[in-house]
Amino acid sequence: MKNTVILGALTIAGLSAGAAAAGTLDDVKARGKLNCGVTTGLVGFAAPNASGEWEGFDVALCRAVAAAVLGDATAVEFVPTTGKTRFTALASGEIDVLARNTTWTFSRDVDLKFEFTGVNYYDGQGFMVPKELGVSSAKELDGATVCIQTGTTTELNLADFFRSNNISYEPVPIETNAEAQQQYLAGACDVYTTDASGLAATRATFEAPDEHALLPEIISKEPLGPLVRHGDHEWGDVVRWTLNALISAEELGVTSANLAEMAAGTNNPEINRLLGTEGTLGEMLGLSADWAKNAIAAGGNYGEVFANNIGEATPIGLARGLNAQWTKGGLLYSPPFR
Amino acid sequence: MSDNKNNNPIAFVATSVIPESPPPARETGIYKWVRENLFSNIPNGILTLVAIAVLYKVLSSTLPWILNGIWTTSSLAECREVLQGKTGACFSVLAERWQQLLYGFKYPEEEYWRPNLALILLFFAMAPVLFFDLPRKLLGFTVIYPFLAFWLIWGGSIMVPIVAMLGFAAAAVVFQKLGKGSFAAGFFGAIVSALVIWKIGGMLIPENASETAMLTAVPSRDLGGFMLNMMLGVTCVSLSVPLGIALALGRQSSMPLIKWICVVFIEFVRGVPLITLLFVASVMLSYFFPPDATVDLFLRVVIMITLFSAAYIAEVIRGGLAALPKGQYEAADSLGLDYPQAMRLIILPQALKISIPGIVNVAVGLFKDTTLVSVISMFDLVGMIRGPVLASTEWNGVYWELLGFAAALFFVVCYGISQYSQWLERRLATGHR
Repeated sequence: MKNTVILGALTIAGLSAGAAAAGTLDDVKARGKLNCGVTTGLVGFAAPNASGEWEGFDVALCRAVAAAVLGDATAVEFVPTTGKTRFTALASGEIDVLARNTTWTFSRDVDLKFEFTGVNYYDGQGFMVPKELGVSSAKELDGATVCIQTGTTTELNLADFFRSNNISYEPVPIETNAEAQQQYLAGACDVYTTDASGLAATRATFEAPDEHALLPEIISKEPLGPLVRHGDHEWGDVVRWTLNALISAEELGVTSANLAEMAAGTNNPEINRLLGTEGTLGEMLGLSADWAKNAIAAGGNYGEVFANNIGEATPIGLARGLNAQWTKGGLLYSPPFR
Repeated sequence: MSDNKNNNPIAFVATSVIPESPPPARETGIYKWVRENLFSNIPNGILTLVAIAVLYKVLSSTLPWILNGIWTTSSLAECREVLQGKTGACFSVLAERWQQLLYGFKYPEEEYWRPNLALILLFFAMAPVLFFDLPRKLLGFTVIYPFLAFWLIWGGSIMVPIVAMLGFAAAAVVFQKLGKGSFAAGFFGAIVSALVIWKIGGMLIPENASETAMLTAVPSRDLGGFMLNMMLGVTCVSLSVPLGIALALGRQSSMPLIKWICVVFIEFVRGVPLITLLFVASVMLSYFFPPDATVDLFLRVVIMITLFSAAYIAEVIRGGLAALPKGQYEAADSLGLDYPQAMRLIILPQALKISIPGIVNVAVGLFKDTTLVSVISMFDLVGMIRGPVLASTEWNGVYWELLGFAAALFFVVCYGISQYSQWLERRLATGHR
């Protein structure tokens, strides 16, 4: 931050970038609002509705964190970010937490100096084909033309997959998801490949979704999760355990419907510790005792958030799959509240 | 009549005027027009037939689409249900989201009258500038307008625009007084006096002034939609024309320092894509500013776009200056005019007249370039379409209707600008033709 003489001349106040790096929790409390980075719009994950309210799976996490910290699920300032601006927005302190379906990778965690606080959606790259092709496995795609977004990890995954299976393909490079939909529907490519959640959302918008199939192969791991800046562990803990609270609540059967009843006290000590009727977990985090109760009240437990935004009852219609609780064959596994 | 027949060697003389008969069918009316304009020879005839075929092709596919359009459903799926496989547009998305497309999704709905009023007043403010036959007194409103529009759109305490205006007024007065003696004294005196007024005024405005204000304050982040494109376009064009003139004159200056500053600035900015400047504005600057003391994103973007288009306009105007015969400069000198007078009275009026098409070209391009701000996550018209509207579960998949709407809005404004410039050229056609 030393070589900023030219641009620094524009500042009115002195340079103190980095001052926000410590004590995000206190900053948020003092501000009375959580600055949460989301996408500029992704079906089911984050988008403003007709009345301008943000809705979606990632949005629900922002609201839960705001509810846990401030006791108010609406005390969130949503900062829309693009794929290009998201990391700088977080690093510069413009946002407190980034919940923008961002894949947890080694280099982002280590090299970019961020801290992923968990996984809220296990995604992976899949394939969509028209049913009339009669393809039932990605390994039968020898010689296919594939619509692929350029400059993404999906492009590299695709090359790896076809090479390791010794089959050939012809890429049709496209820029955005919207363009991909048009190209795929116009028959410019046989296959469209991107994250499975994106494929499902795309297919949901087709005039005849039944004529297209998602192939069973998932060729990459894309764990999506919220992230915060490196080095502020108190704040990282708050975000991590808010997510864990939502996951644990589902596992323990705490829903927004029975929350009030459960919060009055139950026979299950773990529920009591989670909802703050026993123990001092909230105090340890620097939050009120009912922090997890507020977080769950914001949008329900993880299962409810999933079902309301991207689940099978919504037009997107994603199955739980890997995102089921570990007790039901999925990967969701929250450490104990103890 | 039969008597004359025998005496007269002339076989027949008409005694009355033959009544006028209509012109031959092929020389009149629509038939003539068609023959002369569409089928004057064989190649033209073929071209006409091909054009008709293309027109038919285009209209037969778009007209049913538009006329069958559905306006009342609440999602794309419902549109498809109503259409049952027939062609037809789903204009319902416009009916439901037009407010978001025009004003962005966060501008408070009960305050829409404020940008509307600002837009109407904009025409009054621009009129005396654009149509110089109007009485010059109207320019007074033009001077007040920027502050009024700021107050209307952003709301908050009325003291802010008033203090800003007082600062500029003080600067103008000081420049008038001191500028007569020496330009530098006037210039720097004006800057100092404006800063002093703003500092004092800033201290006088109470902290909570914007909470109790008559108009609710709307932060810049809540601006969006076509309103944002209009605001960026109008502000940047009106700021970059004077800046461009100054740069063009500076580049021709005989003072090396000024000349080189202008040359370096112009060449640097022209050599960099606008989108990189926008990324610098949105991403880089937030590293340099402390998080709570940033310059407003809207202001940062305005500065970058203004600098960008000023460099282009400067080059256009330099072309106009270069096109003037040297005799014009010499004539001004021989009349004993000093530099500002020569420029104001002789050189610039002619140079700007030559530059009009170029300036308008830059202005139209600039206005359309404002859609680039969508890549730095500002929700202008295109940003609204690409982000929130297409990402909603109801409307994901509606492309033609939304982008067609955006194209129509931009066409109206750009065509208006272009028509104005043609009128201006005709009005100023005092040249040697």
